[in-house]
Amino acid sequence: MAGNSDPLTPRAKIAVTAGKAVAAASRAAGRGSGSVIGGRVALKLDPDLLARLAQNLDVILVSATNGKTTTTRLIAEALRAAGPVVSNALGANMPAGITSALAGGSDARYGVIEVDEKYLAGVARDTAPKCIALLNLSRDQLDRAAETRMLAENWREGLAGSKAVVIANADDPLVVWAASSSPNVIWVAAGQMWKDDAWSCPSCGGVMQRPGDDWFCGECGFRRPTPSWALSGDHVIDPHGSAWPIHLQLPGRANKANAASSAAVAAVFGVPPQVALERMYAVQAVAGRYDVVQFMGRDLRLLLAKNPAGWLETFSLIDPPPTPVILSVNARGADGTDTSWLWDVDYTRLTGHPIFVVGDRKLDLAVRLEVANQHFQVCENLDQAVQSAPPGRIEVIANYTAFQDLRRRVGN
Amino acid sequence: MSDNQLRLVWIYPDLLSTYGDQGNALVVERRARQRGLDVARLDVRSDQPIPTSGDIYLIGGGEDRPQRLAAERLRRDAHLYQAVNNGAIVFAVCAGYQILGHEFVNDLGQREPGLGLLDVTTTRGEGERCVGDVLADIDPRLGLPQLTGFENHQGITHLGPTARPLARVQLGRGNGTGDGTEGAYNDTVFGTYMHGPVLARNPLIADLLLKLALDVNALPPIDDRWYEALRNERIASAQQPA
Ligand SMILES: [Zn+2]
Repeated sequence: MAGNSDPLTPRAKIAVTAGKAVAAASRAAGRGSGSVIGGRVALKLDPDLLARLAQNLDVILVSATNGKTTTTRLIAEALRAAGPVVSNALGANMPAGITSALAGGSDARYGVIEVDEKYLAGVARDTAPKCIALLNLSRDQLDRAAETRMLAENWREGLAGSKAVVIANADDPLVVWAASSSPNVIWVAAGQMWKDDAWSCPSCGGVMQRPGDDWFCGECGFRRPTPSWALSGDHVIDPHGSAWPIHLQLPGRANKANAASSAAVAAVFGVPPQVALERMYAVQAVAGRYDVVQFMGRDLRLLLAKNPAGWLETFSLIDPPPTPVILSVNARGADGTDTSWLWDVDYTRLTGHPIFVVGDRKLDLAVRLEVANQHFQVCENLDQAVQSAPPGRIEVIANYTAFQDLRRRVGN
Repeated sequence: MSDNQLRLVWIYPDLLSTYGDQGNALVVERRARQRGLDVARLDVRSDQPIPTSGDIYLIGGGEDRPQRLAAERLRRDAHLYQAVNNGAIVFAVCAGYQILGHEFVNDLGQREPGLGLLDVTTTRGEGERCVGDVLADIDPRLGLPQLTGFENHQGITHLGPTARPLARVQLGRGNGTGDGTEGAYNDTVFGTYMHGPVLARNPLIADLLLKLALDVNALPPIDDRWYEALRNERIASAQQPA
C-alpha cells in the first residue's frame, strides 16, 4: 500500500520543500537539528500536511511517560527487516517535529513515530496508524502536565474506534484503562516497577489490589487482562509460548520490556521475534542515553531519568557499590519548575555508592539525600564531581536539561 | 505520645501523594530520629481505618477526583475527629488542606463537604491557576522564620473567625483571596498550599509539629546546613524579578 502513488498535492509539496529549506537554514545557523522549526513552517503552509505525509506510510505510533524514544528506535530497527523506515529518531515528538521527520522520508514504507503523551489522540486521528504501542503512564512535570489519569482518559477517548492494532502494557492499570476502549488490543506483560500512580482504580476510584504481579479492582471488577506476549526475566515469550532470549546492548529491565513491546509490534508487520530482536541488538545508545564516554580519564555512563518511575528503573540498572554515582537535576522549563518529585524517588537505593551532586538544583538534592541518610558531596560542576570520584566507571544520572548540559560538556 | 514512641500517620498515600508531599513525612520522621526518638510511621491506605492513636497526622496534595474520594472516605471513617479530640497534631497540604475545611469544590464542580477541622471554606478560582515559588512571613506568634514553598492550585480558601492565617505572602498567591493570607491553623490543626515539600523547605515547621506532639518547648539542635543553604537559595531566587 505504500509508495505506489503520489498523494501529495502541489500545496503539500511546496510545504515540504519550504519546511526543508527552513530546517537547513536553522541548521546552518547552528540552532540544533532544525527539525522542529522546519515542521512548524511546513504545518503553517499546509495544516493537513501531517495527514498527507502519513497517507503514504504504514504508521506506527509509540507513546509513554518513559522509554518512548528508545522503543521508537528499537521498533524502527526491527521493521527495517521488512522495508525502509522513516522515524523521528531524535525525539522531536510533537506534531511539528513529527511532520518534519516524515517529510524527510519520501521512499519509506514505515513511519515509526514517537508521540508526546498529550498529543497522542490528535496524531492518531491525523495519521491513521496501523499500530500504536502504549508502554506506561506515570507522574511527570507536576507543575504543568495534565493529571496522569486525565491523560489516560484522553488516550481512551482518542483510541475508541481506532482501526489500529494497539500493543499495550498489561501491567500498567492506567495503560490498560486507556487501551481497553480500542477494539483490537494485543496485551504485553511488560512489567512495571513504579506503582504509585495506580493504586486508585481508573474506572471507579476503588482501591486497587495488587497481589504479586497481578492487579484488580475489588469494587468494579476492572482487572489485568491476559497477556499474549510477556517479558520473563531475560526472555520474550511470544503468543505461541516460545521464549526468545534478549541480548540487548542497552542495559536494564526497562529496556528488556521495551524490546518485548517492540517484538510484539514487529510481529504485526510479519517480522518474527528472533529477526526483530537480532536487529535491536545493534542499538548501543539512543540520543546519547546509555552512552559510555571517556572524560577526564574516567568512563562516564550517561543515564537520563526525568521522573520518579524513570529514576526507579535507572537505580535498578547501575553497577553495584562502590561504583560512584553523579546526580544532576535542573528545573528549567522543559524539566518542570517544581522539584517536589525528588521526594517520590527512593534514594536509599543508592546506599553504599559514593554520591556526587551537581546541577541547578543541587541543594534540593542535598536536602533530599540528607533526609534519606545518604553520604554525598555537593560539587560546583561536572568536572569537579568527576575529579572527586575514583578512576574507572562512573554512573551519571540526570534529568532532561541537565542531561543536555552533560552531553555538551563531555562532547557527546 | 506514649511508650516513648512517636506515631506518625501518613493519610491515604494511594490518593493524596501526587506532588512529593510524602517528603513531609520523611522530614518529620528523620528529624525525630535525629533527636533519638523511636518513630513508628503508619501509611494508611484509603481502604484501611485511620488509627486514633497517632501523634502527628500528615495529609498531602492530590488531583481532583482522588481529593473527592479521600474526603468521602475520611468523612465515613470519622476516626480523624477522634484523634484531634485526643489532642493529635494534623498538618495538611493543598488538596488535604481543603479537605480539613468545611467544604471545597470537587472534580464534578459540586460543593463537597470537608471535615470541618479547620474553620476555612474553599471555592474554585476563575482566573489562572496559582503556580510558582512563594515567599511569606509566618504568623509571629509561631516564632518561625520566613516560609518558602511552591504553590500549584486553583482553589481560593476563605478563613473563618476561629482560623488564623499561617502566613502573609510577600510573593505568590497563598490562599488566593487577595488579602495576602497563606494557609490556616488553630491550636493543633495546620493547613497550607505550600509544596516543595514544605517541611523540607521549612524544617522548623517540622520541629514545631514535633514540639507540639511531645509537649516540649525546645528540641536538641541538629545540623541544618543543607536545609539552610536550600532556604537561602530559594528565598533569593523568589526575590529575583522573573
Ligand atoms: Zn474499579
